Amino acid sequence: MKLGSLIAGLSALALTACASTGDEPRPRTNAAMTADGHAPYASTYERYPGRPTALVGATVYDGRGGQIENGTVLFRDGEIVQIGDASLSTDGYDRIDGTGKFVTPGVIDIHSHLGDYPTPSVDAHADGNEATSPMTPEVWAEHSVWPQDPGFTRALANGGITALQILPGSANLTGGRSVTLKNVSARTVQGMKFPGAPYGMKMACGENPKRVYGGRGRMPSTRMGNFAVNRQMWLDAQAYDGEKRDLGKETLKGVLDGEILIHNHCYRADEMALVMDMAKEMGYKVTAFHHAVEAYKIGDLLRENDVCSAIWADWYGFKMEAYDGILENAAFLREAGACVIIHSDDANGIQRLNQEAAKAQAAGRRVGIDVPDAEVVGWFTYNAAKAMGIAEMTGSLEPGKMADVVLWNGDPLSVYTRPEKVWIDGALMYDALDRKRRPVSDFELGQPGEGDVK
Amino acid sequence: MSRPANNKRLTPLGALGVFCGLAGAAIGYQANAQDFTIENATVAMGDGSEPMEGATVIVRGGKIVSVGTGAASTGGERIDGTGMWVTPGLVASVTSLGLWDVGAVSESNDTAARESPFSAALDAAPIVNPNSQHILVHRAAGITRAATVTMPSASIFGGQGAIIDLGADANPVTRSRAFQIVTLGEIGARLSGGSRASAHVLFRNALREATKLGEDSRIPGMSSRPPEQGLGDDVPIDPRLAGEDNERAGDVLLSRFDAAALVPVVRGEQPLYVMVERASDIRSVLALKREFADLDLVLVGASEGWLVAQDIAAAGVPVIADGLDDLPQNFEELAATQSNIGRMVKAGVKVAINASAMENPRNLNQYAGNLVALSRIPGADGLTWGQAFATITSVPAEISGLTGRAGTLGTGASGDVVMWDGDPLEVGSMPVRVFIDGIEQPLDNHQSRLKERYRDLDESDLPKGYDW
Repeated sequence: MKLGSLIAGLSALALTACASTGDEPRPRTNAAMTADGHAPYASTYERYPGRPTALVGATVYDGRGGQIENGTVLFRDGEIVQIGDASLSTDGYDRIDGTGKFVTPGVIDIHSHLGDYPTPSVDAHADGNEATSPMTPEVWAEHSVWPQDPGFTRALANGGITALQILPGSANLTGGRSVTLKNVSARTVQGMKFPGAPYGMKMACGENPKRVYGGRGRMPSTRMGNFAVNRQMWLDAQAYDGEKRDLGKETLKGVLDGEILIHNHCYRADEMALVMDMAKEMGYKVTAFHHAVEAYKIGDLLRENDVCSAIWADWYGFKMEAYDGILENAAFLREAGACVIIHSDDANGIQRLNQEAAKAQAAGRRVGIDVPDAEVVGWFTYNAAKAMGIAEMTGSLEPGKMADVVLWNGDPLSVYTRPEKVWIDGALMYDALDRKRRPVSDFELGQPGEGDVK
Repeated sequence: MSRPANNKRLTPLGALGVFCGLAGAAIGYQANAQDFTIENATVAMGDGSEPMEGATVIVRGGKIVSVGTGAASTGGERIDGTGMWVTPGLVASVTSLGLWDVGAVSESNDTAARESPFSAALDAAPIVNPNSQHILVHRAAGITRAATVTMPSASIFGGQGAIIDLGADANPVTRSRAFQIVTLGEIGARLSGGSRASAHVLFRNALREATKLGEDSRIPGMSSRPPEQGLGDDVPIDPRLAGEDNERAGDVLLSRFDAAALVPVVRGEQPLYVMVERASDIRSVLALKREFADLDLVLVGASEGWLVAQDIAAAGVPVIADGLDDLPQNFEELAATQSNIGRMVKAGVKVAINASAMENPRNLNQYAGNLVALSRIPGADGLTWGQAFATITSVPAEISGLTGRAGTLGTGASGDVVMWDGDPLEVGSMPVRVFIDGIEQPLDNHQSRLKERYRDLDESDLPKGYDW
């Protein structure tokens, strides 16, 4: 059995067991399932064939702060076997010379709308915001994802993206469930779903929800309205007994049970502090604040509450709550001991998360905060995996983990560097040196530039 | 002109008076220009050449005197450039710098006039705010000149853009009414009623009305291209707005002001920036020269430009191209690729990177760096370092009408000089000193002040509100 399907099977088994034993104090109503007890819309992804591969001679960043010069990375059967120095035996492996090159874990974007806001960006494709109610915990992003979004291919080839979380948009206070994908070309979204990844739920504070709904003369039209609607939603969810299935409440219950992770779009520091208190009041945890342009003002609070900040390097000014964005956000958070993730929220930015991280690192260096390169790589690999609940499986180069690996043609923190090869579960899915080893979306077949380097 | 208040490097005001009388070729306000020499730096000229190491840059009277490896210091401040890079200031085109504070705060945002009765007549020059935080932030990022313009929204014509400098003074405008901007393609189709066909008819009608009005009203030649501004509050009144009120035919579509604003366009006295993406749309734009022979065209966007690069080159039309767009964002950009600029340059097209096609214009150098990275990818077309740097310096300066005077360190160019802490195309490099017209610029702004306040979170004595 392939690794992917094994994990998917175990996951479904676990959910079945929970539902049938009745040991839990609360009904496990979040676990929507098929009549035969399986998770619905389950992942059908199975890893593609790969060769036992030894990357030798490169600088290796393991994603968790480790760095090995002239390192060796061994993977086979979809898994990392070992990483170490040049003394590791490569017998039985295809050797790839990485001299002068760099190896990192596959890049992970915790905030993407590929598939639910795909290109071409026509109205017919605008599937990311169910902006008909401020609370839509019942919607699932995977039901919007178009697997033929050409953006997935660019993220792979130019960004080295191997996994990503697709979120609903931020029009609603509660936008619905996210889905975590392997960045593999597939005919169905099930064929991309990351086996065993937990669900997330998107929430949003601040300007967007109050603008969208206030503009229609309905609640919320203010920040205090935002909180009132949210708090009542949680109270109602707490009272849900699961007798009659309710899609939205199932998701909210999953959050209250700690099985669904909260990804909260929030810009302002004071608002994030209020949200963290709301989470305490209602009995859930915020896993990460997304965008979080003012996170640097409350690095201490974020550390104490163990909440990650998923941020851009330099976006600012496009709306009032983004006015105080500064380049040093990541460095100040890190200085405060809080968790930093570099995210994109953008079909172009996802192609350059490594460069965005490098900009944030350099801003820190200018104010005397020297973050080692190996740690900065973690901002777009391991830390993202951790906040997506998949760090046991990917996000770092450790034995037994998925062989999601990027070979860069230079220092990944340099503008002059591009991915040369990208493996997903040990299968070579992109090779800059092989014109045919890159996916082309159905949409682009027969169009000008089909198969171009893009 | 307000001098940077706390900069001890500036020479005393009195010593600089000699430069005030320099002839009118000077760009901007010269009163406080200082003499300085930067020695032993890595210097990039901006003209497409590769950087040279151990070079000296001499600036006197607000202008570049010389750049070379053997030049000796000739007075003024001596600046050690060891480990630094020195370049001309970056030139950002097209932007909306100085026209907005917060994008989503409509009261602060003058970038589009959707409800206005006017379009082509709109003029960015009088509304540029040199105190805008975006000007301060981008100055600190090494951008010293920019094209800024209101974007098409009420009509296919967006109005007349200005060339500005980003200096810390009251006079941002280098040249007012420097160009007109029009959008064709998908957006033009929508603005003109729902079809490209309508956009083309509207465009032709507008130029014909302008031709007629120009003749009937005897609007003088070169009326749109006032001399570059010199000292202070002398942005001239557009003479077309004060002209005689000649009677016009009853079926005109354009207001008199809009028609008058297009007179210099049809005469080729004012460049026309045409926003267009699709290959076939680009061909149609190039073909306009057959009907309106004098048009001075510049393409903006041109995501599919590489498909018609030979035609663009043959027409001698420069392009302000989206640097890294590689997605079929819509049906007019199906062939978008990061190799677009490399392929057009290879075909002989003059190409600048479009500053409006990125999150912030301060990412211009990152975009240029990415085009260098492409040169190492088989099948892709990138640029050399020198070519890439030219796409954000000398080429946009030339398109802006500042050939030899901005975006270059050539002798006689304005003293727009940036000292960087590293390779300016590398992510993370930032300016350490910025000069505009030889005047050292302050680099502080709202962001730098926030950075200083929140460098630590210590409130043991007083709240953060007292930390300033």
